[in-house]
Amino acid sequence: MDITLQTVMSQVMLGLNNGVFYAILSLGLAVIFGLLNIVNFAHGALYMLGAYVALLGFTSLGPLLGMPDFHLNYWAALIIAPLVVGALGVVIERTMLRRLYKFDHLYGLLLTFGLALIIQGVFTNFFNVSGDPYEAKPEILNGAVNLGFMMFPKYRLWVIAISLLVCFGTWYVIERTKLGSYLRAGTENPELVKAFGVNVPLMITLTYGYGVALAAFAGVLAAPIYSVSPVMGAEMIITVFAVVVIGGMGSIMGSIVTGLLLGIVEGLTKVVYAPASSTVIFLIMVVVLLVKPAGLFGRES
Amino acid sequence: MSESESRNMLQISCLQAWYGESHILHGVDLTVGEGELVTLLGRNGAGRTTILKSIMGLVGRRSGSITVNGDETIAMATHRIAHHGIGYCPEERGIFSSLTVEENLLLPPVVKEGGMSLPDIYAMFPNLKERRNSMGTRLSGGEQQMLAMARILRTGAKLLLLDEITEGLAPVIVQALGRLIAQLKEKGFTIILVEQNFHFAADLADRHYVIDHGSIAEMITRDNLASSRDKLNRYLGV
Repeated sequence: MDITLQTVMSQVMLGLNNGVFYAILSLGLAVIFGLLNIVNFAHGALYMLGAYVALLGFTSLGPLLGMPDFHLNYWAALIIAPLVVGALGVVIERTMLRRLYKFDHLYGLLLTFGLALIIQGVFTNFFNVSGDPYEAKPEILNGAVNLGFMMFPKYRLWVIAISLLVCFGTWYVIERTKLGSYLRAGTENPELVKAFGVNVPLMITLTYGYGVALAAFAGVLAAPIYSVSPVMGAEMIITVFAVVVIGGMGSIMGSIVTGLLLGIVEGLTKVVYAPASSTVIFLIMVVVLLVKPAGLFGRES
Repeated sequence: MSESESRNMLQISCLQAWYGESHILHGVDLTVGEGELVTLLGRNGAGRTTILKSIMGLVGRRSGSITVNGDETIAMATHRIAHHGIGYCPEERGIFSSLTVEENLLLPPVVKEGGMSLPDIYAMFPNLKERRNSMGTRLSGGEQQMLAMARILRTGAKLLLLDEITEGLAPVIVQALGRLIAQLKEKGFTIILVEQNFHFAADLADRHYVIDHGSIAEMITRDNLASSRDKLNRYLGV
């Protein structure tokens, strides 16, 4: 097989494109796990839901409202889908997750896993499992850019750029601002933060809302690339959990960097031995678990 | 009681508290006047820390009455209680390791007007200024204790709940803390001190409550301290 710089760079770019999805989803999981101590298994389903908000907003919302000409456009979907799913997250946290904090992690995991199955089941019942195309990709993002070593689709470049912006923006807010200092302190010792007079329960609700809104945002970004299907989240989340295990729960930068790197590793594996690309992340996970069980960026407790 | 103690800053009556199934406080009654400094003495496990935690709403369940400045707080959510002007310094100091010294200082929201400004605090604790960009738990034990104190002086809280602030610290630091507490008392702060170091407490306090088995066994004023020594030693098991 011929390995040229060109094929390597192409796969790096395509890998990075997958990597930003891993990064944005594992970032949301890390933020949620940090403050809520809950492994949010519903993350994949909410990612899928975000894509469906965009899809249905484009195809069905107008007719439903009696305005057949109305189509929710892509840019609006990028804002509205996270808001809708974030609001749903707020309701989930307030009505269900809140009751579980005093118990072991496991209960939150089971509850969110159940939610994921319900959401996915309902969508499987009503929508095409093999997926529907989302055809609202804006004109301006059509076509490709010449990167020198390859022609790269404009849309994918946009996805990489905006995802990196959102990831590092989130990192900045958490690690460098006053708001973030509440979140970090609340992650360490929520009782004391409460005793200082901070409304920690509200902070927890909004954090969950933000975490799942990130998933929905990723879902909208994914919609024009992959077809929108009820199982898109389930497929994605398995890899993302492997990313989280490798990176280590709870580290913000760790989750971002691990997501990006593993996307690239996946891409590079395609150059060397393509059939292994879908398993390489799990191989790395096994090795990391054996060598450093807390994950690359995790703290041993 | 002196004039400044005429108004009750804190009044606790029939306070009971539980952690899960274990019943820790069995009807505690105590009052603290404005500007007063009282200590809670007792053996480990007698319930002194639990009294402070109950005031902050940090126990599993509590009943009875706790009024702060006349406002009943027993049914209040924890995050509202601090806004009645209470500053809490927990036993393990509670310095956040993922926050810098300055972030630790700025974390507790201002709950009342008249708190110290950041420059005031840095003038009072020059070490903290020097190390303001270090992570909180990189400080020495003494510095961490100063940080835990400084942190609640910024908020404007007038009632300070201080849990074992001298624990595990070198004598020279304990002396510095003693001077700080005396200074704060002079400024009009009302202070409840849970203290293991009786000599530290004896010099500073107006009154002492002896806690035993989750209730108040004895109240000793500064004037009666000398005559109550034997009794006190019995309770404290020294």
